[in-house]
Amino acid sequence: MSRILSHKISRRAVLRGTGALVLSFSLSPQAWSQEGSGAQSARRAAAPKPLPGSLTKNPLLDAWIRVDANGRVTAFTGKAELGQGIKTALLQVVAEELEVPLEQVSLVTADTSRTADEGYTAGSHSVQDSGTALRNAAAQVREILIAEAARRLKAPGEQLRAAAGAVIGPNEARITYAELVSPNLLHVEAQPVSKLKDPTLFRVMDRPVQRIDIPAKVTGGAAYVQDMRLPGMLHARVIRPPSYGARLVQLDVGNIEKMTGVVKVLRDGNFLAVVAYREFQAVKAMRALSLAARWQEDAVLPKQARLHETLLGLPAQDQVILEKHESGDRPSQTLEATYTRPYLSHGSVGPSCAVAQLTEGAMTIWTHTQGVYPDREAIAEMLRMPQDRVHCIHVEGSGCYGHNGADDAAADAALIANSLPDRPIRLQWMREQEHSWEPFGPAMIAKARASLDSAGRIVDWEYGVWSNTHTMRPGPAGALLAAQHMERSFPVPEPKPIPQPEGGGDRNSIPLYTLPSAKITHHFLRDMPVRVSALRSLGAQMNVFAIESFMDELALAAGSDPVAFRLAHLEDPRARDVVTAAADDFRWDARPVPAGGHGYGFAFARYKNLAAYCAVAMQVRVDHETGRTRILRVAAAVDTGQVINPDGVRNQVEGAILQSLSWSLFESVSFDATRITSIDWATYPILRFSSVPESVTVRILDRPGTPFLGCGEAGQGPASAALANAIANATGKRVRDLPLNAARVKAAIGV
Amino acid sequence: MIELKVNGHSHNVSAEPETPLLYVLRDDLQLNAAKFGCGLGQCGSCTVLVDGAPTLSCVTPIMLLEGRQITTLEGLGSLEDPGPMQRAFIEEQAAQCGYCIPGMMMRAQALLQRNPRASDAEIRANLEPNLCRCGTHMRILRAVRRAATLIAGPGSSPGTPGTHAASAAGPQLDTSDTDNDAQGDARSRPAHSEKRERPER
Repeated sequence: MSRILSHKISRRAVLRGTGALVLSFSLSPQAWSQEGSGAQSARRAAAPKPLPGSLTKNPLLDAWIRVDANGRVTAFTGKAELGQGIKTALLQVVAEELEVPLEQVSLVTADTSRTADEGYTAGSHSVQDSGTALRNAAAQVREILIAEAARRLKAPGEQLRAAAGAVIGPNEARITYAELVSPNLLHVEAQPVSKLKDPTLFRVMDRPVQRIDIPAKVTGGAAYVQDMRLPGMLHARVIRPPSYGARLVQLDVGNIEKMTGVVKVLRDGNFLAVVAYREFQAVKAMRALSLAARWQEDAVLPKQARLHETLLGLPAQDQVILEKHESGDRPSQTLEATYTRPYLSHGSVGPSCAVAQLTEGAMTIWTHTQGVYPDREAIAEMLRMPQDRVHCIHVEGSGCYGHNGADDAAADAALIANSLPDRPIRLQWMREQEHSWEPFGPAMIAKARASLDSAGRIVDWEYGVWSNTHTMRPGPAGALLAAQHMERSFPVPEPKPIPQPEGGGDRNSIPLYTLPSAKITHHFLRDMPVRVSALRSLGAQMNVFAIESFMDELALAAGSDPVAFRLAHLEDPRARDVVTAAADDFRWDARPVPAGGHGYGFAFARYKNLAAYCAVAMQVRVDHETGRTRILRVAAAVDTGQVINPDGVRNQVEGAILQSLSWSLFESVSFDATRITSIDWATYPILRFSSVPESVTVRILDRPGTPFLGCGEAGQGPASAALANAIANATGKRVRDLPLNAARVKAAIGV
Repeated sequence: MIELKVNGHSHNVSAEPETPLLYVLRDDLQLNAAKFGCGLGQCGSCTVLVDGAPTLSCVTPIMLLEGRQITTLEGLGSLEDPGPMQRAFIEEQAAQCGYCIPGMMMRAQALLQRNPRASDAEIRANLEPNLCRCGTHMRILRAVRRAATLIAGPGSSPGTPGTHAASAAGPQLDTSDTDNDAQGDARSRPAHSEKRERPER
């Protein structure tokens, strides 16, 4: 810590200094973020720094951690709480490395005026990126405070230690952080290497800690953007077109503007909204406007019954993402199979919502977006305002699971607020708007072909996946519905594939298994018949469903046990451990012969081949009369590297499994030639309690001292595939098209 | 004016008689717990109790509710003094995003008031109208079972895991009923209360 210079200390200077420190908190390394994403990445590429996690995005320690004159610690993260428990986990990290009690730390999350630009809260990256940054920043702050104490005590640093918000010196001399902190003490750049705590000394990390957000959520506290009530706030509703591309050709607003409570009817091209004093007044006016509006619609959607054929017929940009040929044994048999997935809805239980207010030419938006900075960029462009006049603050919404209506609702609220200066505008979508206008998880097709040698080992593997992009997120204004619908509209941005190693549609399309020869191709489909974007785990769910279903088909052909077949093709010891742990917990080897509709399935993947490892074993009972599947027992094992909050990991993995079972058993977005027709929970059924498994266990394989691996999406693929494999085991019939609903399973079984 | 009795208090409400109760609870009475989910009676996130029966407040106009006893989640306890149902959900950490949870708790509360010894099958059947998208179902079921134990008092309902009645801001997470692994030992945790970052108003 040679860059730490001496500081003249007085109590007053500390108080004055820390106050000034908070006010003058510099986002200077972020200044370039206002130049747009292209300039951003160019600048990032030009000045690489080998700093841990998101410290690369803002290396100043006080951008991440500040200590005030009372010794209270504030941590800053550019990531957002989406219900995944990230606030609690990040607080644990800071409390641990900084040696302060957990309750002495508070956290500021994603806010364009206060936190670093950490992009989107997505891809199971929060702990990897922000957790790593905060852990290293906290450790470095601790060492700075120890060095400062050493200077004052005139004692060598190695004789000092930090504990409970203070530095303890020889003869138990104790100086609190509050006494040590001074202006600019922490306004220094992070170092590439930190003195991280030995995991055996952890007292907060790797311990189950109750989430800080739950008490308010279960007692009626204001916990969500939906719960915000600003003085003078008005309620708004949008009236969306009935279908993609529909044009508003006639509108008579005369009587509606006179309805009780209506403040304003706003029309801007095909963007239509109403503002009222009370929320239900806005809802009534919205309904009246829906009836008063005449739209011209086009039949632009493909035939749903032939959806996958239609997608396969679209022009594809082919990219071979893996090709290798090693001479192996002669193939003795070859299998081929095609798997499909429909469009899937995020289906947050609470429709998207935002609050926006225009004050003195500056727009503030409270939003449950996954990316406050990209959302700001898009909304500023849409409003034709400079980015520094737009301020996005993350406030929790209903569960997220990817790019849902959050950004669009934020843009709607901003566009409405822009026409009503000084009035806070609360805009919430209706259920049918969320279901019909959110960007769906893309429909996909995967084709697999593999050969086995006479010993039952895979000798070659060919796999192709056809998919639209899995990200149409903001950044560009044209990603926002309001910007697409307004008079001076913005074009929908050009879709792009997400490159490997993370991938988009091709995420997890490369198996972790040992394959002597393999060719894997991503067939990227540029044309998007249906609005799509990121859904939890992107293409990984489909690719793992396909690969792990196919592995079972190969195991069956090889006459091997499915778990033994996987282990025979797995070298990574951590992968093997996870597979073995799930099989042990499930008592896989002791499972009975499938009978009476019972079946047993297994699946494994390492998310993105670089995040958490997850294996799932499942027992189902299939009713042969109806084809209905009942899930009895699920045993999962996960290795997410160094664990912060074991109960948080379990909660995430349990949730991923249950959500994936819902997708895989029930879900499919439906449409006719013109409109989305799955517009509520009756037309888009999801898992209810009658279909919830009887038991779900999650075993965490602890890997103290290893890097954090994201776990939030690791269960999605394995759960789908374990279900498919269990159904195949129960019925003797393989269903390769999602969802594996009763009708499909019944059709496969036959009469 | 319609007089509504909510959580034991009377309120004179000026909203139009056809206004669904949910909007009055949220906008006129500034109660947060009941949530707008669908407005169609399909998801249960707006569930409150009317004379003890679970009721979908998003489709129930206030003109039907004069003189009836309405209970929302706020009526079961507070952040400072949570009731048994709330303590159970905190102790089981039975939330992810938490948006559906108040509706789940109210429907479960109605069941346990009617039948404190509801079986697992009865709890599942009872919660069928309520949707959770995060996949928190297993924890919700555990929390309702725990609430039944807490409501019944100490020494009852053998077999329900983790029956100690810790306070809501209890110092540690009881993982005795979670599954296996070496980290399950409940090492002492400091109490931690919510410190929400709220926008300036």
